[in-house]
Amino acid sequence: MSTSSASMKLRESPAFKIALSLSIATGLYGVSFGALAVASGFDFWQTMVLSLLLFSGGSQFAFIGVVAGGGSGVAAMTASALLGLRNGIYGMQINAMLRPGGWKRYVSAHVTIDESTATASGQSDPDEQRRGFWTAGIGIFILWNIFTAIGALAGDAMGDPKQWGLDGAAVAAFLALLWPRLKGREPWAIAAACALATILAVPFVPSGVPILVAAVVAGVIGWFSHARMDEGLEPDVDPYAEKHQREHGGKK
Amino acid sequence: MNLWLWILIACALAYLTKLVGYFVPAKLLENPRIMHIAGTMTIGLLASLTVVNAVASGQGLVLDARIGALVAAAVALWLRAPFLVVVISGAAAAALLRVLGWG
Repeated sequence: MSTSSASMKLRESPAFKIALSLSIATGLYGVSFGALAVASGFDFWQTMVLSLLLFSGGSQFAFIGVVAGGGSGVAAMTASALLGLRNGIYGMQINAMLRPGGWKRYVSAHVTIDESTATASGQSDPDEQRRGFWTAGIGIFILWNIFTAIGALAGDAMGDPKQWGLDGAAVAAFLALLWPRLKGREPWAIAAACALATILAVPFVPSGVPILVAAVVAGVIGWFSHARMDEGLEPDVDPYAEKHQREHGGKK
Repeated sequence: MNLWLWILIACALAYLTKLVGYFVPAKLLENPRIMHIAGTMTIGLLASLTVVNAVASGQGLVLDARIGALVAAAVALWLRAPFLVVVISGAAAAALLRVLGWG
C-alpha cells in the first residue's frame, strides 16, 4: 500500500468497522446482564457499578450467578476475580502490542476485555491494532452500560423472574460464554471434570463454594498438563470468523 | 450493605488484574504454565457456573425447567446463534416448561 495507514480515514479502516459492529452486538446483551442482576436481588446501582467498574462480562455474570444461587458475597467476589485472571494475560498482550504510555495505560487497562483484545490481535498493522482496540473497548463500555441500565429497569418492572424464565437465561448465558472455548478434546475434558466436581461438591459445601472447588480442579489440571498453552485463553469472540471462513473455505 | 463491600472489592480486583498485565515483564508471557492455568481456569469456572445455575438449588440438586433452558441454549449455540438469541432461547424454554407445569 502506498498511502500511509495513519492517514487512513476512520470509516475506511477494517478494524474500526469490525470493532463498531462488535460493540453493538456485545452492548446489546448488556440487557440480559441488567435484567438478570435485578432478578438475582441486586438493586439498580449495584448492577450499574458492576457494569461501570468491574466491566468484564464473564466476571459480572459470575458475581450475580453465585449470589442468585444463595452464595455469599465473598464466594461471589472470589469466583469473579478468578474468572477475570485471563484479563491480566490480555493486558500483557495489549501492552506488548500497543505500548500505551502515561495515563493511557490506566484507561486501556479498564477496557481490556475479550472483545477489544480479539479485535486488536486480529490485525497486523499497528495503527489498525490501535484503532480496533480503542474502538471496541470504548464502544462496548458505553453501549454495555446503557443496555445494562435498560435491562435493570426492565427487569424491575417484570415481576416474578421465574415466570419469564430468567433463571434459564442465566444458564444459557454461562453456556454461551463457555461454548467458544470448547475447541478440541482437552477443553471438553476440563469442562466435564469441573462440571462433575461441582455436582459432587454441591451437597457437601455451602452455596458458591462448589464453583471454587471447580476452580481448584481446573488449576491442578492446568499445572500438570502441558498441552497447547493458549487453550481457553482465546477471547470468547472471533470478530474475524467470517473472514477466516472465506479464506479457508476458498482453498478447499 | 455487606454485598456492596464485596461488589467494590470485586471491582477493585478486576481492575488491578487488568492493570497488572501492563506492568509485568513481557517474559511472563513466555511461561507456558501460567498461561495454561489462566486458560484452564476460565473453562473450569464457566463449566461450573453453567452446572450450578442449571441443577443446584441451595445445597440440593434438582431437575427442573432450567434443564430445558440448558438444552435449548446448547441447540441454539450448535446452530451458531448470536449470544442474545441463545440467552432468549434459554429463558423461553424455561418459561414455556413452567407454563406446561414442569419445574
